Amino acid sequence: MDARFFTAWIEEAARSLRDGRDELTRLDAAIGDADHGSNLDRGFTEAVRALAERRPATPGAVLALVGGTLIRKVGGASGPLYGTAFREAGKALGETPEVSPAGFAAALEAGVAGVRRLGSAAEGDKTMVDALAPAARALAEAVQDGRAAAETRAGAGRDPSETGRGDGGLARALEAAAAAAEAGAEATVPMQARKGRASYLGPRSVGHLDPGAASAALILRALHTVASR
Amino acid sequence: MSAPASRADRGDGGRPVVGVVLVSHSGPLAVETAALAAGICGTGVPPEAAGGTGDGGLGTGADLIAAAIARADRGLGVVLIPDLGGSVLAARLFEGPGVVVADVPFVEGAIAAAVAANAGGSLEAVLAAAEEARHFRKL
Repeated sequence: MDARFFTAWIEEAARSLRDGRDELTRLDAAIGDADHGSNLDRGFTEAVRALAERRPATPGAVLALVGGTLIRKVGGASGPLYGTAFREAGKALGETPEVSPAGFAAALEAGVAGVRRLGSAAEGDKTMVDALAPAARALAEAVQDGRAAAETRAGAGRDPSETGRGDGGLARALEAAAAAAEAGAEATVPMQARKGRASYLGPRSVGHLDPGAASAALILRALHTVASR
Repeated sequence: MSAPASRADRGDGGRPVVGVVLVSHSGPLAVETAALAAGICGTGVPPEAAGGTGDGGLGTGADLIAAAIARADRGLGVVLIPDLGGSVLAARLFEGPGVVVADVPFVEGAIAAAVAANAGGSLEAVLAAAEEARHFRKL
């Protein structure tokens, strides 16, 4: 995965968030202030524009630019949160021009840790963490399983570089992450919010899908879409 | 949003005090809370307001916060006082050497911090004064 891959991810995420804007806003109207869809649409549109102008050379620089743009352009709480996720993930990637699946799994974990820290949120609080944390775990496990399978095949006399580490393996690992994010988002429906604007509603927040978890699932699904091309 | 008075027309003579920045979802709320705190402090250095989004909407603007910190910083550090939610998250992005976030009620914390800053308190003293405001009882 190189800088072009990560740029394509953000472009796909921006498209997906634009398509999902009204649905995200509808979710946010139920338990928040009805601006999540438009805020993220604006932020990711600006991020795509910034990437086109600056053309960062490394995956880490792509994510750092995206994070900084989201912090500056998204007016709601999701700006600092997603901004921190992308910045921390970018920092974890360092200067490397080509990111391995294992490297990206570690970066996603660093991004999620940044979100938890900033928002003091844990799983079960009905926030984006409920989608992001299972996705990071699923990706780490899928990458590990892929490696183990590759080693088994290598033990059977096949070249591990040809199997399990190719793009097919990456797409499978990212499918696992996206599916875990979607399941995690769906699991927020019966939860009572303990963080974020919805927490002011107390028990009335039960029965609604958390908009932050929903947008996190869209962003991670975009990653799988790009890897499957 | 309306800009606070520039440093030159405040009559503070550039006296070094700890800076106080009010971070709110609302531009007018930040400006008026700063005005209230300044009124209660008398002729001291008023808090800087960083409220709303850059285009005048409700929300937080990282660029507005950065600019307010730059205006408030006289070398002794800056205390950020956010109202709630996204303001807290946005303010925390600026935490670092000389910049602290106070976990306090917005109005009471702003007044307590402004009074302590204008009394010549250190960054730690201004933060502590603001945090005492959390325990103010009204009845």
